[in-house]
Amino acid sequence: MPAYRSTVLLCAGGGCISCGCLPVREAMEAELKRRNLADEVRVVQTGCVGSCDLGPVLIVYPDEVFYQKVSPGDVPKLVDEHFLKGRVFERLLVKSAETDNLIATQREFAFFNKQVKIVLENCGVIDPENIEEYVARGGYLALGQVISERTPEWVIEELKKSGLRGRGGAGFPAGTKWDFVRKAPGERKYVVCNADEGDPGAFMDRSVLEGDPHRVLEAMAIAGFAASADQGYIYVRAEYPLAIRRTRRAIQQAREAGFLGRNLFESSFSFDIDIRVGAGAFVCGEETALLASIEGKRGIPRPRPPFPAVSGLWGKPTLINNVETYACIVPIITRGGDWYASIGTEKSKGTKVFALAGKIRNTGLVEVPMGTTLREIVYDIGGGVPNGRKFKAAQTGGPSGGCIPAEHLDIPMDYESLAKVGSIVGSGGLIIMDEDSCMVDVAKFFMEFCTDESCGKCPPCRVGTRQIYGLLDKITKGEARIEDLHLLEELCGMVKESSLCGLGQTAPNPVLSTLRYFRDEYLEHIVDRRCPAKVCPSLIRYSIDEAACTGCSLCARNCPENTIFKVEDQKKYRIDPARCVKCGVCFDVCRFGAVVKS
Amino acid sequence: MKLSELQEWRERAARGISVRGEQKDWRIVVSMGTSGIAAGAREVMRALMDEIERQELENVEVALTGSLGMDDVEPVLRVERAGETIVYGNLDPDAARRIVTEHIRQGRKVERYVIGLPKEKE
Repeated sequence: MPAYRSTVLLCAGGGCISCGCLPVREAMEAELKRRNLADEVRVVQTGCVGSCDLGPVLIVYPDEVFYQKVSPGDVPKLVDEHFLKGRVFERLLVKSAETDNLIATQREFAFFNKQVKIVLENCGVIDPENIEEYVARGGYLALGQVISERTPEWVIEELKKSGLRGRGGAGFPAGTKWDFVRKAPGERKYVVCNADEGDPGAFMDRSVLEGDPHRVLEAMAIAGFAASADQGYIYVRAEYPLAIRRTRRAIQQAREAGFLGRNLFESSFSFDIDIRVGAGAFVCGEETALLASIEGKRGIPRPRPPFPAVSGLWGKPTLINNVETYACIVPIITRGGDWYASIGTEKSKGTKVFALAGKIRNTGLVEVPMGTTLREIVYDIGGGVPNGRKFKAAQTGGPSGGCIPAEHLDIPMDYESLAKVGSIVGSGGLIIMDEDSCMVDVAKFFMEFCTDESCGKCPPCRVGTRQIYGLLDKITKGEARIEDLHLLEELCGMVKESSLCGLGQTAPNPVLSTLRYFRDEYLEHIVDRRCPAKVCPSLIRYSIDEAACTGCSLCARNCPENTIFKVEDQKKYRIDPARCVKCGVCFDVCRFGAVVKS
Repeated sequence: MKLSELQEWRERAARGISVRGEQKDWRIVVSMGTSGIAAGAREVMRALMDEIERQELENVEVALTGSLGMDDVEPVLRVERAGETIVYGNLDPDAARRIVTEHIRQGRKVERYVIGLPKEKE
């Protein structure tokens, strides 16, 4: 292997690909060739680095210089400066939010240096399509050692010691689950990986499969060894084509190298993995629905017990964990359960990946120890709320979770603390909202999602979510009465209590938690017919401040309904309130602040 | 595959990504300004890379920098280790190979090319 003096890591996660990193790669390779640097500098395409708002992103080793928002046009100058003359190309560096100073390296960047990467330790560092790079980082050694030198009981004991809890949402202790499957009677057993990441806004599972697929394969093989299963399935949604492609390729490479297949490491243990692609129904993230879907049936849940550990895929004992849970297994085996248990809080061990989104400066994937406070995530890593707005609330756990208001900013992010304030860790979606977010509207958005995604099997969920949505819709239109609020609460309780599966049982959570912390906002919508955040279209009106209007006609030309007209004999414009559809285009395009929202 | 085979594969593969690891103890910084390039700094650097690879030295990284301001003695490079810096000048590819062998491997400075005395890193 030739020695390169420098390696350029080019983030090729889904986010960076969609903002054009592949043309940057082509330009980079062409330019390096043109400058006769191709055998000194190597370009490696990696999985997601995490800072998705800054893409396309390049990290140049040695020195870890971090370049952001690189376009193909920047490449010749960048190569000239960095690789030929050895100078950092300042124009593409990140600027510090507080000091305006340039940040040259990844380790100086607060977004990265406050994180602790275990699940994502290889994401953005290795080429996911090259098994050699995974092996170079110690890949498959854990599997080899476990098969050659350890017993299944030892694996389960380490896992119990680690305190790892399932990262799919419910937080069930992983070691206990593995033990159940091991002890369940039956000849044939299965290992399943849930990669049906349905929570809108969460994408850590996609990132792991895109950026480090071998880690999941190795963990599943270890799970197969521990549970004495010889077949695994990865159930991944069809909306993740890149994850599917890279995982497929990884399975192929692992088979060729002898890490999957018959008699692994010259033992009697055999294990293989196949991919099953789901059509992207939210309910298929629920384990019994997922198993039904793998079997080729319609993806609807069934009552538990029996749990999949006893009767799962084709009625056989089945071990099912999600991607992030599996991604923790290899480090636990390699470094020991005690090491893992030393990270996190008393009852929530290890790290959690959060998908940071919404009204926040740095968005993307962040991995922090359990128990890190929300304030640290929002302000230290996320860089705070932009445009001088104030933090209002954070939604955790997506449509199954709840909101955390500003007064709980210092809450440690772990299973117990979040449950106490009426939210959940869930799969790790973390949406930040500022003063411009209407909490009723947020609740309505998630309820609409659950209404669409309800599989229809049980009436509380099928009918209940639709009724809740109807009530929220009435509130946001200013048509609700105060009795509706009581009805809403009653309905939420009923759906929560009587739904069959997790989808319905958790669907009312966003409503209940916004009601708990932002009841006043609901009351304002109902009693005063006002939306304080000025979001709900029926409760706001647009008008033009004639003193500020310069008569430029920009609003009138952009109005899709032609409701803005020129006042006769004057160079001013006016909106016809009767015909206005409140799309807000005029407000957005006016350069003089003359369009007023009230 | 046997476990021992995997371990061997890992060691081989690890060299390929070592540049992505922690910072190395030894760092050679080549002055790559216009005058340096004209005087042959690129050939010097390639000789360094080649020699490091040939001798399988894993604890050395090679970096570039702009002109160090000593245009009359280019090509120039700096060898840094644990806060100590030595500057060499008037180099050619053979001199670069000697620096790798004698200075980095055997721990003795190549006096003939030394132009800057050791100094504490700021």
